[in-house]
Amino acid sequence: MHGSLTAVATLAWRNLWRNHRRTLIMLMAIAIGVWAMIFMSALMRGMTDQMVRNGLHTLPGEVQIHHREYRSDPSVVNSMEPPSGALLQALEGPPIAAWSSRVRVPAVIASERSTRGVTLLGVDPAAEGPLGSLPDEIIQGRFLKDADDRGVVIGASLARRLETRLGKRVVIMSQDPDNNVADRGTRVVGIYRARLSGTEDRFVYAGRTVIQGMLRIDNLVSEVALTADDYRHVSAWYPRIEAAAGDELEVMPWTELDTFLGTMLGVQDGFALIFMVVVFLALSFGLVNTLVMAVFERVREIGLMQALGMRPGLIMAQILLESLYLLCLGLLLGNVLALVTIKPLEAGIDISSVAQGMEMMGMGATLYPVLSVWDMGMSTAVVVILGLLASLTPAWRAARLDPVAALNET
Amino acid sequence: MTWLLAWRNLWRHTRRTWLTVGAMVFCNVLLVFLISLQLGSYQMMIDGSLSAFTGHIQIQQEGYLDGQRMRQSVPDAADLASQVRTLLGVETVAARAEAFALASSEERSFGILLTGVQPGYEPGVSTFPGLLKEGRYLQGADAREIIIGSVLAANLKLALGDELTFLGSGRDGSFAAAVVVVVGIVDSGITELDRNVAQVPLGWFQQVFAMGDHGHSVVIRVPNLEQVDAAVADLDALLPTLQADQQQLRVLDWDALQPGLRQAITSDMTSAWFMYAILIVLVAFSVLNTQLMSVLERTREFGVMLALGMSPARLARLVAMETLLMSGLGLALGVLLGALLTVYLSYAGFSYPGMDEMAARFNMSALMYPQVSPLSLLWGPLTVFCGALLAAVYPALRLLRLQPVAAMRAA
Repeated sequence: MHGSLTAVATLAWRNLWRNHRRTLIMLMAIAIGVWAMIFMSALMRGMTDQMVRNGLHTLPGEVQIHHREYRSDPSVVNSMEPPSGALLQALEGPPIAAWSSRVRVPAVIASERSTRGVTLLGVDPAAEGPLGSLPDEIIQGRFLKDADDRGVVIGASLARRLETRLGKRVVIMSQDPDNNVADRGTRVVGIYRARLSGTEDRFVYAGRTVIQGMLRIDNLVSEVALTADDYRHVSAWYPRIEAAAGDELEVMPWTELDTFLGTMLGVQDGFALIFMVVVFLALSFGLVNTLVMAVFERVREIGLMQALGMRPGLIMAQILLESLYLLCLGLLLGNVLALVTIKPLEAGIDISSVAQGMEMMGMGATLYPVLSVWDMGMSTAVVVILGLLASLTPAWRAARLDPVAALNET
Repeated sequence: MTWLLAWRNLWRHTRRTWLTVGAMVFCNVLLVFLISLQLGSYQMMIDGSLSAFTGHIQIQQEGYLDGQRMRQSVPDAADLASQVRTLLGVETVAARAEAFALASSEERSFGILLTGVQPGYEPGVSTFPGLLKEGRYLQGADAREIIIGSVLAANLKLALGDELTFLGSGRDGSFAAAVVVVVGIVDSGITELDRNVAQVPLGWFQQVFAMGDHGHSVVIRVPNLEQVDAAVADLDALLPTLQADQQQLRVLDWDALQPGLRQAITSDMTSAWFMYAILIVLVAFSVLNTQLMSVLERTREFGVMLALGMSPARLARLVAMETLLMSGLGLALGVLLGALLTVYLSYAGFSYPGMDEMAARFNMSALMYPQVSPLSLLWGPLTVFCGALLAAVYPALRLLRLQPVAAMRAA
């Protein structure tokens, strides 16, 4: 049995190269198909990864804790006590990599020339740093020193619109819990640049303690943001935080906080698979065609083998093996091709010509393709499994040939 | 005669021919479907994004688009709007003014973008007035009233008839404060939009924010996208004839107003073309393989034909004809099936999971309707057709080098 299988394997391999032109053409087609599968997935994965990262950066955090009413009514009224007791303990332990509590309220900022609506963030710079939620780049001045810093840091685009600049006075206005106007004059101590200009217009950073004083809310905060540096597996750990937070607070993972981002991840995985299957289907016609022809040319030969006592199972195995060799060679070539083309691109593809369009989708001006083992494995699985399925019919037909009729065929 | 021969040759291997035609049909149907869907969704993206608020064209002072400063205003805005109406012969032209202000209700305060609109003309350029959930739209140019989005209403804890106080600064930098009554609440179903709608009558806006007769933009909506360019040209010609203080005005089309829109379309097209190109190349390989096989297996036969005096060029033509017939079959079947599918979907609509989240970004509905047009039906299949013909060049060329004697001896 073992011996006959080895013989069949050798036969299949030799048969493959009997018509080397046909085999080479098919091999090229498979390689291009596989390359396209992996290349497209790498681009899409790069896009979604970046979208999600940018999203988590502005959210910020992978999980946020709020007062139950805060998300529908983001007012200072719906503030919460800073974490303490069991919640604090949960936040300090693994897998939480960083967390920060912040005041986040709608506000108005006015310069001498203009007025804009913004989101005012009262932050503690020391805690925000590890969370990765600080502005990307300070282009002028400095960021806040600590939670007691009395200045504000605004975005470059907002500074332009307000016609203000570093060192100038601005007034920030919001409301206190009793709906009295709470305002304070302050100085612009820093100007930041963000990857998305929408962010620059929207967020104004100030010291947390100073904002708490201005809003007259003692030590209350609006949200607690936390991260474990692994956004794909948030659901594994956030229920524990939810339990520790108690019923008063709402604990939400990013997939629910930003449903657009949440669905994008699923859509991307789904779309990559659909693309692979579609490319494979386009390939499969050629593959089946090649096998049908290979069987057709060898009808007499197969009949002879059967007449000499080779069992139908082995004939089928031989055709399937031939197909498998072809697929595996194609896969190998395609994967190598993908590796060679994607690696140099990983430093980033400049897509600034469509940057504003990408910004609508939450992306920056550079696309970083991500070559993942998962995508390579997925395309391999799709090609091998569907490829063998497609080869079943020709192989089955070959195995069922009537030896006498086959031998008489001209 | 040769055509008949080519047709018969095609069916010597029924299964092989059908498999190759099948590859073409599969690819064609897919291309027809995807391209129609793409063109349909772009149309919806543009319409959805522009109809909400932006309009097709705006006249603004130079620099207002980037700076949005109060002082960068359009003098005599209402009058300019009526001039534009006469010039273009359309009613859908409205003047607007905008200012950021702190809005306070009994319980809440928010910074919002307040828009002064012409109640009589605004419904022509924007879909918001038509999305009223409660109350009525603004009446009268100077009335002390406001319509707001449903999310903003919820956040400010406002109901119809409640009062809202504004604090802001006027065009001259003066302190601007006023009280308005909520007369209508708009609900578009898209949170981001419903949080940002706050419209008051233009006349009242001009009084409160010390604007005089100024506005910030004149918004123009033309009956369809194709007319935008002509309208822009007309408006550009109008500008130099205006008064001296209106000389700084600029005409901006939708592409300038929302540059992200066209770029989102471009980037989407690029990734789609990549996919189409791959499909077409794979089908071309399939055809190449089939035709090469059919030439190789007939080497002896061709040798005989050559020996009998048929010219190599004619043989090559025969193979080209076979490919032509086969691709023609793929083209016809592909377009037919593709058209059936898309025409059906253009009535029934099409959706995939996660679509609604994407669609909301462009103010679109979650159901997409493919656009059926000669372009969307024929573009893809014709490219496949050409690709297939190109693929047959190599097998046909081989025939030109065929030596009769050697060919007849071939195994």
